[in-house]
Amino acid sequence: MNKTDVMNKADVMKKADVMKKAIYPILVGLLVVAAPFLMDAFRLNLLAKYLCFAIVALGIGLAWGQGGMLTLGQGVFFGLGGYSMAMYLKLQEGGLPDFMVWSGVEKLPALWTPFANPVFALATAILGPMLLATLLGLLVFRQRVRGAYFAILTQALAAALVILLVGQQGLTGGTNGMTNFYDLFAWDLAEDSTQRGLYFVVAVVLALLYLGARQLVRSRYGRLLVAVRDGEDRVRFLGYDPATVKTVTFAISAGMAGLAGALFVPVVGIISPALLGVVPSLELVVAVAVGGRYALAGAVLGAVVMGYAKTAFSEQFADGWLYLQGALFILVMTLAPKGIMGVIKRARTA
Amino acid sequence: MLELRDIQVDFDGFKALGGVDLTVAEGELRFLIGPNGAGKTTLIDVITGLTRPTSGTVGFDGHDLVGRKEHHIVRLGVGRTFQTAVVFEELTVLENLDLAASFRKPLWSLMRQRKGVTEAVEEALSRTGLEELAERSAGVLSHGQRQWLEIGMLLAQRPRLLLLDEPVAGMSREERERTGELLTGIARDHTVIVVEHDMEFLRRYASQVTVLHEGKVLTEGSVDQVRADPRVQEVYLGRRASDAVGTGS
Ligand SMILES: Nc1ncnc2c1ncn2[C@@H]1O[C@H](COP(=O)(O)OP(=O)(O)O)[C@@H](O)[C@H]1O
Ligand SMILES: [Mg+2]
Repeated sequence: MNKTDVMNKADVMKKADVMKKAIYPILVGLLVVAAPFLMDAFRLNLLAKYLCFAIVALGIGLAWGQGGMLTLGQGVFFGLGGYSMAMYLKLQEGGLPDFMVWSGVEKLPALWTPFANPVFALATAILGPMLLATLLGLLVFRQRVRGAYFAILTQALAAALVILLVGQQGLTGGTNGMTNFYDLFAWDLAEDSTQRGLYFVVAVVLALLYLGARQLVRSRYGRLLVAVRDGEDRVRFLGYDPATVKTVTFAISAGMAGLAGALFVPVVGIISPALLGVVPSLELVVAVAVGGRYALAGAVLGAVVMGYAKTAFSEQFADGWLYLQGALFILVMTLAPKGIMGVIKRARTA
Repeated sequence: MLELRDIQVDFDGFKALGGVDLTVAEGELRFLIGPNGAGKTTLIDVITGLTRPTSGTVGFDGHDLVGRKEHHIVRLGVGRTFQTAVVFEELTVLENLDLAASFRKPLWSLMRQRKGVTEAVEEALSRTGLEELAERSAGVLSHGQRQWLEIGMLLAQRPRLLLLDEPVAGMSREERERTGELLTGIARDHTVIVVEHDMEFLRRYASQVTVLHEGKVLTEGSVDQVRADPRVQEVYLGRRASDAVGTGS
């Protein structure tokens, strides 16, 4: 064999490798593009909703799967994003929002006024959660709060936000939250074409965030994050401050959840405390565990699969879902701690 | 370069260190010996910020290290290994070394993908002889290889003062020999403190020795001086120091 032969062979192998690796993204891409032609408007809207959850799950995959931060309060960030967007949509209609009229509020609260600007609303939806996560992270991680303590703290935060939102009826719509959104910019939200467009927007946002997150995981910082997850105390002796490393990822995951919340509102048409409290926050963590927390694709997959499973089950047995979900979680944690992705990987290498 | 003054450490009333003074000059290779529980690891923990002393000062290059955070002390140029080598098993050998070498880079610049191998990492790989294993995950390394990887990570950080806690414990004869050579090489251009008991190892590679006993410095001097010291022999249970010192862990 001469030199060019060897190189050609290596080249061919590389190409085969690339092909093999590209096959799943291409398949997924085709499915995403084909979805509007394969399902009716109702089902497509459901898929768009699951993809919003998948964005939150992606953040959980980063924070928990890669960084070891079990965050049970992503609903907080999702909620901040959702309410920011909802405020914009309400103000866009002109006049005082309906729920304020019902609760006897006569003048638009000052807190609301800047949300008439869509750029401000969207920026707040993303940067607000990131800022909150940064402050929380610096405060908590510096004190070396971690593991179960961190989990409980984030959960308490979700519970607290719900209480705050419910209590401020005139400002937030209370328990009912906000609904009855009619337009997004010039588009009628009730139109199928608008919803189809929104579906694509959500899909593209998810794809871009996924690619970005994957780059991050593969970077030095990503390796550092895994090192912090597996040996935070050892990392200090490499000269890094684990608190900073964790805070950055926590903030990124919060930003993702915020953006997901902002997309969720025009897609689903409602935001309320019930959508961002302890239970929905927990449900997404379960979804990530089921999909496989150590792989970013597992987090996304888990959110979509569990979204469908929930819808399918709730249509038939109203309360059964909660128990089934719990059982599934325990089953995965004991039998396949790496979730569906772990099972797939094992099957492929076996 | 390193100057410890009257270091005391109390663990809930138990005095692990009871007033230790220690001075190490630039370029020195200092061995720290003493029976199990003498406080050797605790002393290293104090220098590196893992344990805060009840009283005393740790002077390093004009800084007092007491009360500083671990990663700040590393940034001043003090690096350490652990008695049970701790490496990141999910990462490859190369990634472990690369992380160790990159700690002075700003965090945002770490977010770019690693391209190639830096000089410091290259050097650490060749000095520890781990080139062949560079792409393997650190989880598959043998006990000896882990110790070398940890020493390599330390080297990749380019510290000014290296603290090695029992680097040859549990190693085979052959591995000890390689570690000894590695250590001699490192000592040529670094200041090093090594915790070690193995007498043969001491005889071959040590010059200056500090003996710690029950949280206090018992004596200090050359290997021969220390071995001849009756107090040292007594500490090691009255047996001949040359044998007894070798049985500690
Ligand atoms: N965190 C701790 N809490 C309580 N006692 C400790 C702690 N760390 C070490 N000790 C005690 O301090 C003494 C010195 O320990 P150490 O420095 O590890 O000894 P050496 O490394 O010389 O074998 C031992 O008696 C040990 O049990
Ligand atoms: Mg020890």
